[in-house]
Amino acid sequence: MTNYLKLILLGVVAIFSLIAANYARDVSYMVHAIIIFLVTAGLFLWTLRQTDEPVPAKVLETSYLDGVVRYGVVATAFWGVVGFAVGTFIAAQLAFPVLNFDWAQGYMNFGRLRPLHTSAVIFAFGGNALIATSFYVVQRTSAARLWGGNLAWFVFWGYNLFIILAATGYLLGGTQSKEYAEPEWYVDIWLTIVWVAYLAVFVGTIVKRKEPHIYVANWFYLSFIITVALLHVVNNLSIPVSIWGSKSVQVFSGVQDAMTQWWYGHNAVGFFLTAGFLGMMYYFVPKQAERPVFSYKLSIVHFWALIFIYIWAGPHHLHYTALPDWASTLGMVFSIVLWMPSWGGMINGLMTLSGAWDKLRTDPIMRMLVISVGFYGMSTFEGPMMSIRAVNSLSHYTDWTIGHVHSGALGWNGMITFGALYFLTPKLWNRERLYSLSLVSWHFWLATIGIVLYAASMWVTGIMEGLMWREVDANGFLVNSFADTVSAKFPMYVVRALGGGLYITGAIIMCYNLWMTVKRAPAVEASAAAAHAHPAE
Amino acid sequence: MDPELYNTLRHFADSWGLLAMFVFFLGVIVWALRPGSRKTHEDVAGIPFRNEDKPIAPDAADPARD
Repeated sequence: MTNYLKLILLGVVAIFSLIAANYARDVSYMVHAIIIFLVTAGLFLWTLRQTDEPVPAKVLETSYLDGVVRYGVVATAFWGVVGFAVGTFIAAQLAFPVLNFDWAQGYMNFGRLRPLHTSAVIFAFGGNALIATSFYVVQRTSAARLWGGNLAWFVFWGYNLFIILAATGYLLGGTQSKEYAEPEWYVDIWLTIVWVAYLAVFVGTIVKRKEPHIYVANWFYLSFIITVALLHVVNNLSIPVSIWGSKSVQVFSGVQDAMTQWWYGHNAVGFFLTAGFLGMMYYFVPKQAERPVFSYKLSIVHFWALIFIYIWAGPHHLHYTALPDWASTLGMVFSIVLWMPSWGGMINGLMTLSGAWDKLRTDPIMRMLVISVGFYGMSTFEGPMMSIRAVNSLSHYTDWTIGHVHSGALGWNGMITFGALYFLTPKLWNRERLYSLSLVSWHFWLATIGIVLYAASMWVTGIMEGLMWREVDANGFLVNSFADTVSAKFPMYVVRALGGGLYITGAIIMCYNLWMTVKRAPAVEASAAAAHAHPAE
Repeated sequence: MDPELYNTLRHFADSWGLLAMFVFFLGVIVWALRPGSRKTHEDVAGIPFRNEDKPIAPDAADPARD
């Protein structure tokens, strides 16, 4: 019966998207209509072939749903390499403008590729990592299979369709020009549907949990899912110009729009890249260290302090703008207060190793997780400092901001995701161990040196250009033109691109290692697995 | 937007709303640090080390209800 409803829905959407492709007012919309037609028509045929076939036995409640997590691990590694490659390429474009090829103008110039890079690393790499790990963690810590049957698969494929639509849209010019929220109205609506399904799967699993308590990692994941839903809906309130085109007009305007955008933007950092990844930290660091989290009490205080404070920090992006001073002061004060819960969380993660510090020497995965928490501490110290109005007057609009973002994203988010992938792959494919630990060490050092080159060059160039912009002579005239700063930055831009190159080399080594783990590493023997599973009960 | 609505919400936000959130937050800290919670927290911190391979069977006695 449900198959007939699915067929009707898929058929209607397929026909509507063909009509939409015909009436399309812009190329981005037309390409998206064709992509949606291909997806829905393919699903229509697939559903049709399954209809009135014998229904397979009822899903076993005695096992975890791990297939979707395996797909998530593959998608995370794939999008990671894509996002890093685009990032390294646009870094090279900034150093060598000739790489903005004439033949690709309007598609592959820096302005089109830059949102592709940010969305690929944050939403495709980070988002797939969050969805996969949250599905893995919520099942283990609730001792229950994912709620909703195949709904988890809908979340995975629906989210990756969103990424395809967003990425192709940027290249073809379908953007509403809001940072980290570039996709146009129909892509936003699709993401909202997928996200509500994600929330339902996650909450449904927590509701049917067999553990009496909700483990702290799930609190962080849940706050990430709920807050991102709220941020996404409010920041994307817009009215399409036509149902046949991608262009839309924002409901808010002027400074209200700017404030809404940075309320969204900073909490995307706070809840997507921090709260969600802290959920990873509170599961994978204790698991890899083989000891419980340092202080559970501290983790509770960490959680509530973080979510109560982060939500107010957005206005620090709008110092010296039309935003009233009191609002940006409020954002600045909360950003500084935020330092404390951030460091509380960092201490909690690091101290989990107390009594097992030797693992830092012997276990490169542990090293990866620990340096990630270290970078979390470093960038959550740097961020509050940069939010102070006087510091911001030097750092804002310079490369210092870019360096800060990347020490957080490459150091904290990237490294903890790599650690989680190294942890998950042998478990999910039933392997005894990784293919090679020395390749993990290679990855660790390449990535770390890459980040150091990146962050250090951006500090130098950021502070340099900030000082050059404000330099005035005895008569009060500006000393430097904008182009002077651009040419002065050239050596640092080359170093930055080199750092990116090292980082992506490490990621490619990781992909090889994970692939070989699945193909070559010895499988866990059935008897050994049973013996291993027994004491856990 | 109606300016009166803005003013009403703003006054609520910086008086009773602020107080309520602050009291809630203090309550959370007191609750986390309450005497006798150590045993519970030690048990909860061990959750990642249980049920790694398969869920607790649905027909098994439900510890959440104990």
